[in-house]
Amino acid sequence: MQRKKECVAMLLAGGQGSRLYALTNNIAKPAVPFGAKYRIIDFPLSNCINSGIDTVGVLTQYQPLLLNEYIGNGQPWDLDRAFGGVHVLSPYQKKSKSAWYEGTANAIYQNINFIKMYNPEYVLILSGDHIYKMDYSKMLRAHIDAEADCTIAAIEVPLKEASRFGILNTNADGSIYEFEEKPKQPKSTLASMGVYIFTAEKMYKYLEEDDDDPESSKDFGKNILPKMLAAGERMFAYQFDGYWKDVGTISSLWEANMDLLGETPVFDVADPAWKIHSRNPLAPPEYIGAGASVQNSMVALGCEIYGEVKNSVLSSNVVIEKGAAVKDSVIMSGTTVKAGAAVNYSIIDEDVVVGEDALVGADKDMAKGITVLGRNVTIGKGAKVSDGAIVDKNIQPGEEA
Amino acid sequence: MSAVGVVFSNIHDENVPELSRQRTMGSLPYGGRYRLIDFALSNLVNSGVTTVGIITKNNYQSLMDHLGSGKDWDLARKTGGLVLLPPFGNENGGLYKNRLEALKGITGFLSRRNEDYVILCDCDGVYRMDFTDIIDYHEGKQADITIVCHTEDIANSDFYTIVDTDEANRVTGLKINERVVGRSHYYSNIMVIGRSFLLNIINDAIARGYNSFREDVIMKNLKSLKVYAYDFNGYYATIDSFGSYYKHNMELLDKSVRDELFGARDIYTKVRDSAPSKYGDGAVLNNALVSDGCIVEGTVENSILFRGVKVGKGSVIKNSIIMQDTVIGENVSLNCVVTDKNVVIRDRRNLSGCEVQPYFLPKGSMV
Repeated sequence: MQRKKECVAMLLAGGQGSRLYALTNNIAKPAVPFGAKYRIIDFPLSNCINSGIDTVGVLTQYQPLLLNEYIGNGQPWDLDRAFGGVHVLSPYQKKSKSAWYEGTANAIYQNINFIKMYNPEYVLILSGDHIYKMDYSKMLRAHIDAEADCTIAAIEVPLKEASRFGILNTNADGSIYEFEEKPKQPKSTLASMGVYIFTAEKMYKYLEEDDDDPESSKDFGKNILPKMLAAGERMFAYQFDGYWKDVGTISSLWEANMDLLGETPVFDVADPAWKIHSRNPLAPPEYIGAGASVQNSMVALGCEIYGEVKNSVLSSNVVIEKGAAVKDSVIMSGTTVKAGAAVNYSIIDEDVVVGEDALVGADKDMAKGITVLGRNVTIGKGAKVSDGAIVDKNIQPGEEA
Repeated sequence: MSAVGVVFSNIHDENVPELSRQRTMGSLPYGGRYRLIDFALSNLVNSGVTTVGIITKNNYQSLMDHLGSGKDWDLARKTGGLVLLPPFGNENGGLYKNRLEALKGITGFLSRRNEDYVILCDCDGVYRMDFTDIIDYHEGKQADITIVCHTEDIANSDFYTIVDTDEANRVTGLKINERVVGRSHYYSNIMVIGRSFLLNIINDAIARGYNSFREDVIMKNLKSLKVYAYDFNGYYATIDSFGSYYKHNMELLDKSVRDELFGARDIYTKVRDSAPSKYGDGAVLNNALVSDGCIVEGTVENSILFRGVKVGKGSVIKNSIIMQDTVIGENVSLNCVVTDKNVVIRDRRNLSGCEVQPYFLPKGSMV
């Protein structure tokens, strides 16, 4: 008998994430650090392994180097398998018609032979820019029970935000009768999470047809799903009621980080029943010095804190020197905040140096927006970075930006 | 040069009976997220050694659980890698009784290797050392055996081997089982020796019915063997008692010690995938080392928290070492306490030891 997998997951990780500005200058969005020790892609990958899905294709295109290195052989997620496991799929040269991935559907279409190697009955499509814990096996069970051709995971969103999403209009049994991509006047508040399960044969058929259609923009939401619906395929919504956050913008990334804080956090990454796996930093325990203060914060290994940290999330190996104060901020690994500097309502990328007595951002209640400092930036001594500024180059001592 | 590592995981189990009753010296928790064997293993790996044999004797479940396939030390290899060497039972039904018998039990492993040297180390030391320096020294001296020595103040112990040398650093005398107090030049249980030479002397020693590697093989042959001392001047902590275990752990609160041991960020340990630690609104920390997965709501001063420790509101933890997954309730007061893994301390308890004799709570106890 041919070896096969019941379900193969395909994770779309090629997005540029242009709304994260300086944070995605050199890395793909799924590789953006989150929650002190994770990267965004840890969530879908951990969901896969926790749901019993051990074959995952990760489709990369934009700035894949760090993402490739991070995924490696998949061992941190237990996805190093003799048959299956995690595989990074970049666009490749073909005998005729070599091309970049032109849309989400095209990216999957170009890797259809990867999926067919495992001869699956179902294909799970995921995107690499959401923070959530979801048991895909329950959704797969619902898909099988409904004898569906396509099941779309959906979540209730506030009415005023509904026009940002693909909205599903459903019958009482959960079957979808209408699919609206970013409607101006949404009829319902059930939004697609960008998580789809297809019965494999149906998906192959529609992807092949779509590839022949010169008018198509080769996108699941815009092309494949409407075509399937129009053809009368069995399409169902699978309602998910847990925490789900699209971290595609600076403010949503900041909010999702803050959701981890507090005694009973909005989103709990420490749940032993649903472990979030990640590539762990090689660092000793964090040290909190005499005279330091750390309140309502999350701190990763290897940090050295001598100053004040409040309502913040600090990734590994961050140094907060004496007299420095960090508030309402997200600081990624390897960054140093020097003595006397103040960081307020900011997201600071990896390996940044905030110089002595520098001021970054303004108090959250008064700030125009979140201040962002990009990777490897150095802020000079006494320099000032105003609230809402996005900085991806060095700021000289005393300068204002 | 090429070398194979051999780590004795059990040899010093009697040093810290409180903690090694149910585990090997190698799996003694240390420094918030490590086990003692991590230091020996990481130093070997960082010195380019890719094959390490681990000699075990008793109670090595926790050690095997910790080491797994060796992947966390990059020692899950097709060729070599981590090799567990459990003891052979002998005809009398016993396990090996001394280092020489333990070495006799691994001659098969050693003879199948093709490295030039063997680095032998125990699990009673916390240090960061480049073993290639010692092998260079060994070759430079054309030594038969090089033993790593360290000079330190010793507080009344008979666990040490005191080393006398001539001006060329050749070992002229060893003193064992002597109660020593004060500054001493001692053997730190790390040795470099040629692999085939080691195999020869093991076979020879067994044939002559010797019992002790140190006494019968080395001490009695200092004239014929070229035994040299390599003086290590970096940070070296020997765990020879519960008191020194406590004292050396606390030294990690000193930045210079941390920088020397961990500065290069290359001491490996088992990965547990804990969430980052969280600090509540009422958290007060002062000179504390905190590992991942902790939730701190109270006050922690001059203390070390291992992975997954919870400190409830209003509790004050001072001068203490709190091991993995210990849960401390609310309004608890601890001073100079060492808790082993999975201890539960209920609300409003007040426990105190003193710095020379910390109060110890065994694994899984509930107070």
